Amino acid sequence: MKPARFDYERPRELGAALALLAGDNVTTKVLAGGQSLGPLLNLRLVQPDIVVDITAIPEMIRVEEEADHLVLGACITHADIEDGRVPDVTNGAMRDVAAGIAYRAVRNRGTIGGSLTSADPSADWVSALAALGAEVILRGATGTRTLPVEDYVVGALETSLGTGELLETVRIPRLSKAARWAYVKKCRKTGEFAHAIGAVLVDPERNVWRAVIGATESRPIVAADARELFGGRGDAAALNTFDARIADRILINAGMSDALDRQIHVVALRRAVAQAAETALQ
Amino acid sequence: MVEQGIGARLTRKEDDRLMRGRGQYVADIRLAGMQDVAFLRSPIAHGRIRNVTVPPQYNDAVFTSADLVGVKPIRAVSSLPGFKASEQPVLATGKIRQVGELIAMCVAPTRAEAEDIAASLTLDIEELPAVHDMLAARAPDSPLVHEHWGDNVVLETFADIDIAKAFDAPIKVTRELRTARQAMCPMEGRAVVAAWDSRLEQLTVHTAAQMPHINRNGLSECLSLDQAAVRVISPDVGGGFGYKGILLPEEICLSWLTMKRGHPVRWIEDRREHLTASANCREHHYVITAYADRDGTLRGIDCEAHVDSGAYSSYPFSACLEAAQVVSILPGPYDFPAYRCRTFAVATNKCPILPYRGVARTGVCFAMELMLDAIAREVGMEPYEVRLKNLVRPEQMPFDNITKKHFDSGDYPQALRRAIGAFDLPAIRERQRRVEPDGRLIGFGLAVYCEQGSHGTAVYAGWGVPMIPGHEQATARLTPDGGLELRVGVHSHGQSLETTLAQVAHEILGVDVSKVRVVLGDTALTPYSTGTWGSRCAVMAGGAVASACREIAERAKQIGAKLLQADAASVTFRDGRVVSASGDVGIADIARTWYLRPQDLPGDVHRGGLEATVGYKPPVDSGTFSYAAHAALIAVDPEIGDVEILDYVIAEDGGKLINPMVVDGQIYGGYAQGIGTALYEEMPFDSAGQPLASTFADYLLPGPTEVPAPRLDHMETLAPYTLFGQKGIGEGGCIAPPAAITNAVNDALKGFGAELSVSPITPRRVLEAIAAAAANPAERAGAAA
Repeated sequence: MKPARFDYERPRELGAALALLAGDNVTTKVLAGGQSLGPLLNLRLVQPDIVVDITAIPEMIRVEEEADHLVLGACITHADIEDGRVPDVTNGAMRDVAAGIAYRAVRNRGTIGGSLTSADPSADWVSALAALGAEVILRGATGTRTLPVEDYVVGALETSLGTGELLETVRIPRLSKAARWAYVKKCRKTGEFAHAIGAVLVDPERNVWRAVIGATESRPIVAADARELFGGRGDAAALNTFDARIADRILINAGMSDALDRQIHVVALRRAVAQAAETALQ
Repeated sequence: MVEQGIGARLTRKEDDRLMRGRGQYVADIRLAGMQDVAFLRSPIAHGRIRNVTVPPQYNDAVFTSADLVGVKPIRAVSSLPGFKASEQPVLATGKIRQVGELIAMCVAPTRAEAEDIAASLTLDIEELPAVHDMLAARAPDSPLVHEHWGDNVVLETFADIDIAKAFDAPIKVTRELRTARQAMCPMEGRAVVAAWDSRLEQLTVHTAAQMPHINRNGLSECLSLDQAAVRVISPDVGGGFGYKGILLPEEICLSWLTMKRGHPVRWIEDRREHLTASANCREHHYVITAYADRDGTLRGIDCEAHVDSGAYSSYPFSACLEAAQVVSILPGPYDFPAYRCRTFAVATNKCPILPYRGVARTGVCFAMELMLDAIAREVGMEPYEVRLKNLVRPEQMPFDNITKKHFDSGDYPQALRRAIGAFDLPAIRERQRRVEPDGRLIGFGLAVYCEQGSHGTAVYAGWGVPMIPGHEQATARLTPDGGLELRVGVHSHGQSLETTLAQVAHEILGVDVSKVRVVLGDTALTPYSTGTWGSRCAVMAGGAVASACREIAERAKQIGAKLLQADAASVTFRDGRVVSASGDVGIADIARTWYLRPQDLPGDVHRGGLEATVGYKPPVDSGTFSYAAHAALIAVDPEIGDVEILDYVIAEDGGKLINPMVVDGQIYGGYAQGIGTALYEEMPFDSAGQPLASTFADYLLPGPTEVPAPRLDHMETLAPYTLFGQKGIGEGGCIAPPAAITNAVNDALKGFGAELSVSPITPRRVLEAIAAAAANPAERAGAAA
């Protein structure tokens, strides 16, 4: 389990990285934290000509707090978030999610952008950031484009990143103080990839009702207007009227044919909703 | 002074090295000119190699079976009647019988380059239908793993002791049970550095092994080398669990290669190789009927068992050890009058099944203990009451059970009562009537076992496998400065032998354990031994060290008496000193006299001096029987299928504990592995025989948070046939957890009428059992009745 031969570049400027990615007749892989790419290289499941390490590029470790958003460079690590080394605009939600990712050794190196770009359906940020309504900013040779996270991850291990493009930053909306959030994941053991994820964000002040069912075979299922899960209600007590049948139907429509698989996903979401409701009471 | 002898909770001597990262493992060895090996392995489970194309630039770096002229295949034949022998080629010779089988050996300055070469080879292979399920392999139309056998049965064994007398029992319960195939997963995988010494004309094989002398036998045999031309060194070894008792084709390949090329070569097993190509174990299938009276008294057990033995008979334990043992150990610690058991060791297109800590016992304990709970539910009794009805009682000891196993000593019911006593069972039953606040269901489960360990010549001669233990030898040698060297042929890979054997020596000779050096793991430095397996070191190596030290004490008395100007018959040896009526002399002075002042020795001094190699075997070597009762309190989440261990108690009896702290450590480690078997570990295969877990992302091992601290309770019934009353204890911890935890889960789910019968207890299996019970209310009513 040793990688096939590759060249290694660690550019210090974004332009240089983009130039490497745009090179003809070479295959490249972008290295951020390496927690997914490392094993893929060792298993020889990827055999790039050049590994482009983007961790020395200033834009990639950028942290900017704006009035309505937090902008995090793609190479901000899970541990940076867990330990509070970057500001938080989610009332602690992201710190909690970060603290539950894999093991500390993985969190020390693994990055928010790398996790999204690896696009493992079971990975935490794929579901959590979709539930938070975050966006990604992609940088290409001709400029940038912005996508909601749920449109960035298009399938298992698949993103809408174009050839020569890099995920540069993640924009996370600031939650209002009254926002209710819960994130529940089901793993067989600590640190394992999730088998089911349920996440809910209810922030009436911003008119946000989002729910996510994640750790499916493919991209997370996002209810951008989750009120249908609560009998259409949009008031504060709506969280107490969660309708599991609607969630189940959403999963059937998404092609999840196995009843027990649907069960654990619905339960994960139901428990997330119950937790969010409990938070509201406190 | 800190107590250092037998029974002392002494800090492990080896930890100063191991815990500071100063251990030396095979992968740490650097020899001048050493090159790395990678193997091209079979990507399919069953096929015929038509051709291997080597790019011309690699002609000198790639070797196939055609190159290995004169190298013999690995043969591990049992003398049991009907055993079908297989030949495991060192490199495949046409037919492929498992994924991961070695096809070509590639050598290069680094492992990465060697892997590049392996990747550059073109394999032309004709795929044959594969059989990966042991029951399917019994079907008449099954593909055959070894065509000339005519079927896939390696060995069939059978016993019938009055089973017909049980048929009129009022209670009859039948279950089909299965345990998953696992991989052993020690922290360190296998590793080999082989080097040819042209001056000594000797092959030195550094290998991560637990039975170096047996590796030497196998290497000598397969390579047709004189034993004197083979030296096997096992440095620090990071866990064995049975896997490192096996002679691997890789060891033979590298030995051949260093002789061919003249420079040292190395192969370090990677995790993918470990999981998919080698270290498999455990896979059993049972159909069992238990007969009982309405008061829970067992009337008989009738069983048909299959063990998936994989493609080859591995050296030295053979492909039948696991299945054939099922017949003799299935009855467990229970006394009942009628028994029938038929077992099949079945060949499939999978890795050979290897003996893993607890060998066969984990499976039979799972089978037997699930049956006792099924009886308890059927007759409406507490599971512990049913067990107390049937456990061998202390007044019956020593007891020859229905399969003629000689249980040496112990109080099995007391172990169970102590485990139960650690809980408030009525309170648990009361709590079960209420719903837990979080919606979970709690369950209480038990398992009791006895474990034959340190079994010797008589037992293994019966198996007739290539390795039969005889007298275990140890060399003890006082050094001129009064220190002590011990040389033993067993090895230590977690067993703390550097500490416990020093404690045994201290008990006899009084030498401070800091001055006792235990030499292990080198065939050139240690007496022959079958090595470390079968929970045998405390009894066998401990007995050998004590015997050698006693001999040294006798000789020291002779010299000491001369120095004290006393009659040798009148002196005694005590606390490291020879004592006469008028004075005493220490062992260091005696050693100095032998080595440095021979002019002061008595004229008739024993010419062996202060060095002795002595063999030891207990007068009855049918094995010690340690035993334990495990009790688990668990919570099941019936919506998502998760199982959490809330409390776990182990009441065990290992006889005299040489170092109770080390024994605790053995139990903790075994318990962790038992939790793996119970809840996590499973090697799945697809219909083509492809192993589906090739990394630890897919093959789940319990981590620290999945192994809650158990509560231990020790009993100490002295073994009647061993030197200090000690018993083999090393494997026990992993035997009972799968049974105890599964029984607890079934206890939690009894309200649903759901019952699990396959390990590991995954969330999926829990939900399936609940769903199946819900879909079949008639069966559910029956189960609840």
